[in-house]
Amino acid sequence: MPNQPPRPNRPVYLDNQATTRCDPRVLDAMLPFFTERYGNPHSVEHVMGNDAEAAVEAARAQVAALVGADVKEVVFTSGATESNNIAIKGTARFAARMGNERRRVVTVATEHKCVLESVADLADEGFAPVFLPVRADGLLDPDALRDALTVPTLLVSIMAVNNEIGVVQDIPAVAAIAKQAGALFHTDIAQATGKIPLDLDAWRVDLASISGHKLYGPKGVGALFVRRRPRVRLAPLFSGGGQERGLRSGTLPTPLIVGLGEACRLAQAEMTDETARIAALRARLLGQLQQDIPGIVVNGSMAARIAGNLNLTFPRATAADLMARAPELCVSTGSACSSAAIEPSYVLRALGLSDDAAARTLRIGIGRFTSPADIDYAAAALAAAHTEAQAAAQ
Amino acid sequence: MHYLDANATEPLRPEARTAMAAAHDVTGNPSSVHAAGRAARRIMEDARESLATRFGVRPADLVFTSGGTEADALAIHALGARRRIVIGATEHDAVRVAAQGAAILPVDRAGVADLDALALLLADGPPALVCLMLANNETGTLQPVAEAAALCRRHGALLHVDAVQAAGRMAVDFSAVGADSLAISSHKLGGPAGAGALLLVPAVSSIIPLIAGGGQERGRRGGTPPVAVIAGFAAAALASGDAAGMAPWRDVVERAAVACGAVVCGAGAPRLPNTTCVALPGVRADAQVIALDLDGIAVSAGAACSSGKVATSHVLAAMGLGALAGQAIRISLPWNAGADDVDAFAAAYARMAARLNPSRCVGLGREADQAHAADRLGAQSRVTVPRADPIVLTLGAEASRPLTLRGRGF
Repeated sequence: MPNQPPRPNRPVYLDNQATTRCDPRVLDAMLPFFTERYGNPHSVEHVMGNDAEAAVEAARAQVAALVGADVKEVVFTSGATESNNIAIKGTARFAARMGNERRRVVTVATEHKCVLESVADLADEGFAPVFLPVRADGLLDPDALRDALTVPTLLVSIMAVNNEIGVVQDIPAVAAIAKQAGALFHTDIAQATGKIPLDLDAWRVDLASISGHKLYGPKGVGALFVRRRPRVRLAPLFSGGGQERGLRSGTLPTPLIVGLGEACRLAQAEMTDETARIAALRARLLGQLQQDIPGIVVNGSMAARIAGNLNLTFPRATAADLMARAPELCVSTGSACSSAAIEPSYVLRALGLSDDAAARTLRIGIGRFTSPADIDYAAAALAAAHTEAQAAAQ
Repeated sequence: MHYLDANATEPLRPEARTAMAAAHDVTGNPSSVHAAGRAARRIMEDARESLATRFGVRPADLVFTSGGTEADALAIHALGARRRIVIGATEHDAVRVAAQGAAILPVDRAGVADLDALALLLADGPPALVCLMLANNETGTLQPVAEAAALCRRHGALLHVDAVQAAGRMAVDFSAVGADSLAISSHKLGGPAGAGALLLVPAVSSIIPLIAGGGQERGRRGGTPPVAVIAGFAAAALASGDAAGMAPWRDVVERAAVACGAVVCGAGAPRLPNTTCVALPGVRADAQVIALDLDGIAVSAGAACSSGKVATSHVLAAMGLGALAGQAIRISLPWNAGADDVDAFAAAYARMAARLNPSRCVGLGREADQAHAADRLGAQSRVTVPRADPIVLTLGAEASRPLTLRGRGF
């Protein structure tokens, strides 16, 4: 029977889909902009403002380079939630105002909560939301999308990488289907940026949402890709000083934006090596768990999946019980947003899991700062916790 | 470089830097239930409590946003639903644009809102939401918000107060103001940019979100909160007292400008102690700002331009300043301003005025005028005026590209 391994001197963090540690190199890049270089980037009348503005524009280029965009196509926001809200509500409202008669907005049942809520909110404004199911492996059936698009559709929103099960949708293929049907195509790339190669321009994506804190950047900053050719028009969510070409008002947080830029630069430089290293760590963890806990199940496609994610249903212990018995291990039952409210994950339900199976499921997110020792600790701690829970139940 | 553009953004306070450094060591998402998440949540909730105590609101009634602009937009979105909206004529664009089609409350020559007009506006018609800023960003003029709040209560109207420029520079107690909501911004009180807050009275605390999402902030604002930025925000708020000590220096700045023929905009009204707006008759504001910038002084134009085309400041226009509205610059002292900054400004302003507006200085003579200004500042600040050849400032040649002035910075 596995025994609990010695307690580590700090929590072992395996929840990198909830948030990531801000890379120390990112922090170093940000610090001067908190201290000596504090100008308002919109104060273009003096050198302090110009310095901040130049830093913002350099960061914009770094973000654009990572996702395959033109620098003019990147709009800074407070995060991916805001980007998703602007993209979905903004395009729908602008199109309706211009007399566009298309009302259908298509998305997928496993999207992030903020996409589902933004789409659902549009129903109150006379739009017609459609939520497509996914297959048991978490991937969208392209034919289901084609069927939905037989009704003229305004906007299709499909995430690149799922935040709970890590599966990678075939964005070039679904974007092509949406474009063929004359719809705008939005994708939430918060979990994909820096994890898989992205080429928004070649993929014919119209809008894409980026988060800073999911790629080792700071919290409080994100970006929205808005295609320029052909130009995608949208109404801002809130207005004011007219920054970001009127799409997103408010003083730009220069240090956070510099951090996002640096995080993108690092991701671009290191993605290939990092992906290989993280994939090896995941294989090691999964191998140990499968050996110690027969009957453990991985949810979602393993083939189309980012390297750092595992979503595991345990045979005989609830996730809450496992987490309570391994308090030094930071893992989660699903999306962080709603994890304070313990209710079964709608993503797992969409895959066809029962509420009982969903309650026995943990999300594990391996990241840049995960060490092999962390993996071995996690495997031993989970195996021991599972054994204890099983014994306690008997 | 002497930075005198605090109303655009304040330099970061060291207390905020320390708090952020500590918070950056914590990785968790504050919504996660594990140890790392709980640590992040503790930092965020401690910050919420500090800010709530500092500004007189229950922690549960303080909603974190991405900044002042979003806090204003959220207030108008949530409290303005199904109400007609009345805004002061000198409100920030964050309010003006969010409240399009609103009735405009006129101001007097000092920029103070006309409460008799407000009483008339509220006397009949459907329930209203009134938006009145505590302190103006361009002139520093304070509005009689407590009186406005009493009027609003009497007529069943709600009051939203934009306290973005006031918080950290004067006493701001939400419960004493009597408003229904109040917006504050981190980077205007010496915290990092990227956070703000909307304070609400319990009666309207359950608002509909502007940014929908994961149910954070009790469903009032979706999105992962920026924990480190919020920690810096709270630390800066606690470190900021009021800027009353700035008033004498502000007065030195004003006297130096007046000695060169400038007019103080908003003089006579109660104003923020760190802010002044001075117009130099006959000299375009952008030319003044660029001349001062070349001389090592960072200030901003009272008038905002767009794409090189000079547009008159709506604030100064509403005050009835006419042509002067395009000739005013704003000097706003940051929390760490020192005597040397003020002295350097006085000297640079005199040089600038002598170059760009020599006719004004004919009566006294440039040196005499300068000496006059320097006398008021004490011997320490006496400066020598270079024999300046008149220089011609051509916009677009001096600036590397057309001037575009946007945003909260103004």
